[in-house]
Amino acid sequence: MRAIVAKDLTVVRRSKAVMLPLVLVPLVMVLVLPVVASFAPRLAEVPGASDIAQMLDTMPEAMQAQLAPYTNEGRLVVFLLVYLFAPLYLIVPLMVASVIAADTFAGERERKTLEALLHTPTSDTELVVAKLASGFVPAVLVGWASFALYTLVANVAAWPVIGHVFFPTVMWWVLALVVGPGVAAIGLGATVIVSSRVSTFQEAYQVGGVVVLPIVLLVVGQAAGVVFLSTALVAAVGIVFWLLAAVLLVIGVRTLRRGELLARS
Amino acid sequence: MKDDVVVDARALTRRFGETVAVDALDLRVRRAEIVGMLGHNGAGKTTTVRLLNGVLAATGGSATVLGLDPWRDGVRLRRRTGVATETPAVDDRLTGREGLTFFARIYGVPEVGLARRVDEVLGIFDLVDAADERVGGYSRGMKQRLSLARTLVHGPELLFLDEPTAGLDPVAARALDDQVRTLRASGATVLLCTHNLVQAQALCDRVVVLERGRVVAEGTPAELARALAKGGHVVIDVEAGDSVDPITVLRRVPGLRSVEAHDAIAGDGARRLRMQADDRAAVATAVDALVRANVRVFAVEPEAPGLEDVYFALHERARSVVAPPTPPAAAGVES
Repeated sequence: MRAIVAKDLTVVRRSKAVMLPLVLVPLVMVLVLPVVASFAPRLAEVPGASDIAQMLDTMPEAMQAQLAPYTNEGRLVVFLLVYLFAPLYLIVPLMVASVIAADTFAGERERKTLEALLHTPTSDTELVVAKLASGFVPAVLVGWASFALYTLVANVAAWPVIGHVFFPTVMWWVLALVVGPGVAAIGLGATVIVSSRVSTFQEAYQVGGVVVLPIVLLVVGQAAGVVFLSTALVAAVGIVFWLLAAVLLVIGVRTLRRGELLARS
Repeated sequence: MKDDVVVDARALTRRFGETVAVDALDLRVRRAEIVGMLGHNGAGKTTTVRLLNGVLAATGGSATVLGLDPWRDGVRLRRRTGVATETPAVDDRLTGREGLTFFARIYGVPEVGLARRVDEVLGIFDLVDAADERVGGYSRGMKQRLSLARTLVHGPELLFLDEPTAGLDPVAARALDDQVRTLRASGATVLLCTHNLVQAQALCDRVVVLERGRVVAEGTPAELARALAKGGHVVIDVEAGDSVDPITVLRRVPGLRSVEAHDAIAGDGARRLRMQADDRAAVATAVDALVRANVRVFAVEPEAPGLEDVYFALHERARSVVAPPTPPAAAGVES
């Protein structure tokens, strides 16, 4: 099983088409966004930027209570770094899991190397676990590494405004440790299902990308003041995501039986 | 002896919806035997290999391979078999050595000695110099050789070779044949699926001809040729004159199914023809007709029917048969 995971990850590492999003997306999420957010208070001096302050006033009371201890500039930075970017962080584990799964499932069939693997003495279970682990483990590890880096960059970038270490919050711990892996599992399950119905890596990745929609909804909902990502809500979202992941994985794993794989190879 | 039987399939059947890919296939392969499985694309060869190696479940019949049920004991069975698939199996993004090492590990080759075994197999297929290059840069022939090296890396007892010479140059194809013979000498059994009839005739102890998932003929190449050949081909060298066309003369002879110019050069002042006669009497009548037409005959030589003749005769027969064929007799041709 370890041999399959090691081989799959070696193959993934050697594809620019696969590695490019795996490197660029986390860098944008954990480096570019917090640095840009640290300049947000300066934007407040720009004419029309008062809209942002007005927008914060429309946020749910619970969120306003969380932002209350900070200055006006600090409120904006904390809103961006802690709340608005939280759902965006989930794109990292989701994208990593989806890209790797698309390459190891649809990609392997596209490269016509699947049948030889099916003829080896691996059991169906070993094959499934190895293939899922190839996508899930890196997604979780990259997600956690991104969380660590985001923590560092957010605190450093926001220091001139906040003046103390304010990140991560409890909500973010739940987000990174529970919801992130759940989102990775959703991406994995969705991509496995999609991979069984398409013939190329690109198709699998693009069609599987629709699972980003719930994350977009969270971002929009929060920006519109409809949703407040409290720790309790994030925990609840985590449970829902894990249940959804379980359903998708059960359906997906059914497509990974030897006979099924062979029929489509 | 029963222990000597490596593959024992009885009425093995696999359906895909309405399509019957393998239809009540009976097949017995003994240890250290090289058995050729011939048939067109879609005849059921690859599906048979998948069934016998336990990667596809049968929908009817039964099979025992190396004493194991392929479907129930698939993992144990596949440790002892090697399958060269039609498509190259090693990922383009790996080097040849990495690909072989991966498969050696999966097949349970012990870590101690694994690198040496990989080098050894790379050497057999003349891939040492390219071992650390990415497979994506290999030629088709090199990929095919690597695929075969992968098949052998764990020293399997039973080899399934699916079109192993596709993409190989003649030198590499001969090296493969030699390797297969060496394996047989060491006790391994080989089931060879091929379109290459010359290779099958040269290499196989026995051949099985599949048509629409059914065995339509089985036996040694010589047995099949004898069973099928009626009359056979005759090569005849005649005088190359301008006045009489020997082909026109021969086409009037009853009992000759075909007459054509032979590809080979007959020599000064002679033409070489190839004709197919129903029986020996037709050959005598043909020679007599030539002599009567004042065409001098220099040589008459029967051409032994080969596997190719058998194959095409069976194919013609299958196309003309409307009723479903009856089960084949051992070492014979289905009538």
